[in-house]
Amino acid sequence: MKGQVWKFGEDIDTDAIIPARYLNTSDPAELAKHVMEDADPSFPSKVKKGDMIVALKNFGCGSSREHAPIAIKEAGISCVIAHSFARIFYRNSINIGLPILESPEAAEKIKEGDEVSVELDSGTINNLTTGETYQAAPFPPFMREIMDKGGLIPYVQWRIQKEMR
Amino acid sequence: MGMTIAEKILARHAGKDQVRPGELVNARVDFVLGNDITAPVAINEFRKIGVDRVFDKDRIALVPDHFTPNKDIKSAEQSKMLREFAREQDITYYFEVGRMGIEHALLPEEGLTLPGEIIIGADSHTCTYGAVGALATGVGSTDMAAAMALGEAWFKVPSTLKFVFNGKLGRWVSGKDLILYLIGKIGVDGALYRSMEFVGPVITALSMDSRLSMSNMAIEAGAKCGIIAPDETTLAYVTPRAKRAFEPVYADENAEYEKVYTFNADDIEPQVAFPHLPENTRGISDVGDVRIDQVVIGSCTNGRMEDLRTAAEILKGKKAHRDLRLLIIPGTQNIYRQAMHEGLIDIFLDAEAVVSTPTCGPCLGGHMGILANGERALATTNRNFVGRMGHPGSEVYLSNPAVAAASAVTGKISAPEEVL
Repeated sequence: MKGQVWKFGEDIDTDAIIPARYLNTSDPAELAKHVMEDADPSFPSKVKKGDMIVALKNFGCGSSREHAPIAIKEAGISCVIAHSFARIFYRNSINIGLPILESPEAAEKIKEGDEVSVELDSGTINNLTTGETYQAAPFPPFMREIMDKGGLIPYVQWRIQKEMR
Repeated sequence: MGMTIAEKILARHAGKDQVRPGELVNARVDFVLGNDITAPVAINEFRKIGVDRVFDKDRIALVPDHFTPNKDIKSAEQSKMLREFAREQDITYYFEVGRMGIEHALLPEEGLTLPGEIIIGADSHTCTYGAVGALATGVGSTDMAAAMALGEAWFKVPSTLKFVFNGKLGRWVSGKDLILYLIGKIGVDGALYRSMEFVGPVITALSMDSRLSMSNMAIEAGAKCGIIAPDETTLAYVTPRAKRAFEPVYADENAEYEKVYTFNADDIEPQVAFPHLPENTRGISDVGDVRIDQVVIGSCTNGRMEDLRTAAEILKGKKAHRDLRLLIIPGTQNIYRQAMHEGLIDIFLDAEAVVSTPTCGPCLGGHMGILANGERALATTNRNFVGRMGHPGSEVYLSNPAVAAASAVTGKISAPEEVL
């Protein structure tokens, strides 16, 4: 996957990703209209399908609202790269099939507007603008399996069917 | 090799003799919960799995507490989904408005969160139940859906940080101050992916309500859970109300901790977290002149009896400052009633406070006390992110109930001694 980068800072919390005032619905399209609004009010209008988010440490801290990765995914973001992720956001992203990668080096060096390509299997991140390459730790096989199945729900469906056979 | 509390609880629930940090395990969960924001998403996901029934109708709680009593049509539709799902699945612990409370105040009170258990909740403050010695952690809606179907969840075994609190708590210093102080020291990702264990003479002497406040904010340091080993205080609290048999779990003497932090409570004064992160803490004597427009006393962090009693002790015979709104929100119906019996509600009304039915409402900027642009609130809640309580141009400061009550009287952030 390949995309243009929007860069964010440290400790971007889930209230900034999707403010609670919009949580009276769980409709992904509605949520996407307000994605990242309290971090950058113009973000929903300028984000394009395939774009990537790159952020510093502790991205997605705060609440457990799955609405946060849902809004990001629905807005067309193809991948989120960060120095580190808050643990519930990390889990939720894997569970709903939003590609995420942890790489302190990539998070530090990639700048807003850079063109970046990502190979999820190997965790390789190529900065096409600067020619630099960064390496994220690849996912453990178990998480990879959830993501390959398209998220936790398809994974659970698959497991239940396997057990019934 | 010895295990920490979190490791031992995970091992037992995964059917293993031993687990090590970093290991991925599938573990049985004892209890699963969700609220009116997270459970609707979970219910939709549950329907996709293709099972007809939840794994155990007695091990799921649905608590409509965030936007209730419903603030608008959309939120009413979400609560309706919970209600209908609870009826369809015959969920034992569905708590309707009028019987409900803020989930993390309510479920311990109901004896539904017990020592040695694994509890997952689609709410980040599920870690509250670490105070009774459970491995309790927040997850998302999809995890909740899978757990409702299977009765299990996947976990990465966390390494454990130990926090030792020596010394003695000062007057007006509570569990809230210990956890704010700790977060101020290690930062909002200082315990990222880790389990925290709180130990030491200060913790042993701490009341159950203060312990619940402390574990509640483990997530604010990025932690998976914040556990206090069950002791006499825990057992006195849980035994009379336990809805299930339980078995306390303790760390092995030779358990391995990633790091041990030692603090002296003698050095800890009431803490205030400045906008816009819980780690921006200062001791009350370093706060300076901060005028406030609203005070909120309540939430899953500080809406329990001890909190209301403390607030009442300070507010008795006084009035909220005329330029300020004071909102007091008991955590559960039982707490509300008890506060009434003890005369606390009279004290609050005499102080010209709003006393509300239990709700998460203002804490997350949902309803019942939204801030306008440029307004400033002091709250006993747990988060002070940008826009947390309303307009992105508003500010939230965090403190314990004593500081909040004193500040309500003076109109600026104040130490309790200033009004007594």
